Amino acid sequence: METFIVGVLLSFLVIIAIGIIVLRDLLAAVILLGVYSLIAAGAFVVMDAVDVAFTEAAVGAGISTILYLGALRFTTDRQKPRGHDSLPALLFVVITGALLIYGTLDMPHYGSATSPAQTHEQVAVRFLEVSGDEVGPPNIVTSVLASYRGYDTLGETVVVFAAGIAVMSLLGLRRRRPVDEVVDDERAES
Amino acid sequence: MRRYPRQNHRVLQVVARLLVPFMILFGLYVQFHGDYGPGGGFQAGVIVASGLILYGLVFGIQRARFVCPPSWARVMMSLGVLIYAGTGVVTMLLGANLLDYDVLAHDPLHGQHWGIFAVELGVGVTVTGVMISLFYGFSSARDAIDRQNSGLPSGVEASSNVEQSQ
Repeated sequence: METFIVGVLLSFLVIIAIGIIVLRDLLAAVILLGVYSLIAAGAFVVMDAVDVAFTEAAVGAGISTILYLGALRFTTDRQKPRGHDSLPALLFVVITGALLIYGTLDMPHYGSATSPAQTHEQVAVRFLEVSGDEVGPPNIVTSVLASYRGYDTLGETVVVFAAGIAVMSLLGLRRRRPVDEVVDDERAES
Repeated sequence: MRRYPRQNHRVLQVVARLLVPFMILFGLYVQFHGDYGPGGGFQAGVIVASGLILYGLVFGIQRARFVCPPSWARVMMSLGVLIYAGTGVVTMLLGANLLDYDVLAHDPLHGQHWGIFAVELGVGVTVTGVMISLFYGFSSARDAIDRQNSGLPSGVEASSNVEQSQ
């Protein structure tokens, strides 16, 4: 039953992805991207990766959609008609895709209990067995993320910070005199 | 300040006014309950920021800037990283490795608890600040372009949007 649900969700993802490629209306494509993230989040929930699903729903379906909409305000909401379809490009994409699929054949099956990630004594087994005594939180994801892997998460936080600085230096550091005056007026009213 | 500006979205405004406090409350729950259930700083920061962004979308950017000035968002961005890295520095000052929380309290488990609490808080604060700053950045840059174009025929529609949102 679980396999069936995941299969349905994943085929939805494929259909939506094709829809996003085909659509010329960028607004509709952005909304479909949000739907894509939401369904991906659903698939993650079924696969018991609740933390990942949570992030996907909040970031992918929520914030990304809004940022795409903000980016759309800088352009039109119609995609320009494409030029000729390039045969070498198609060939390149097909070969790359085939190689990627070939690469997945070596991966352990979904949910396999004997995959290296599950059986490695210093990683998964150890975290499951002793993280409660060593770190404490019942949610082992939190233990790994914030304690065992704290240095890594510090790096991630700095990356988020750097991304924010980069976007602000491109978009947000203008003086906004007229806006400030409006706010001041509203303050005076209230 | 008027309670409900822009008469044409009254339903959205009433619903958003009801939803935003609960969104922020849920964000705080995800932040502080991350030890026991799914969640943590990243998700909580995004949820809290979504609350403010929803407010900004429905009530206009100017009001959102009034509630949370862009300078606050910038301070939050840096403050979160500072809390996180500061926790690491504190553990080093207490004689352990960077981000080794065992020394933060007498009992290593309590130390871990405090350490995780602090770094998750840092992550949440940074993510909230970055998301709000991104939202402000996109909207304010567009407004500036609208103002520049307001004399031109192509910018008429866009600038009337800005007036509406005020």
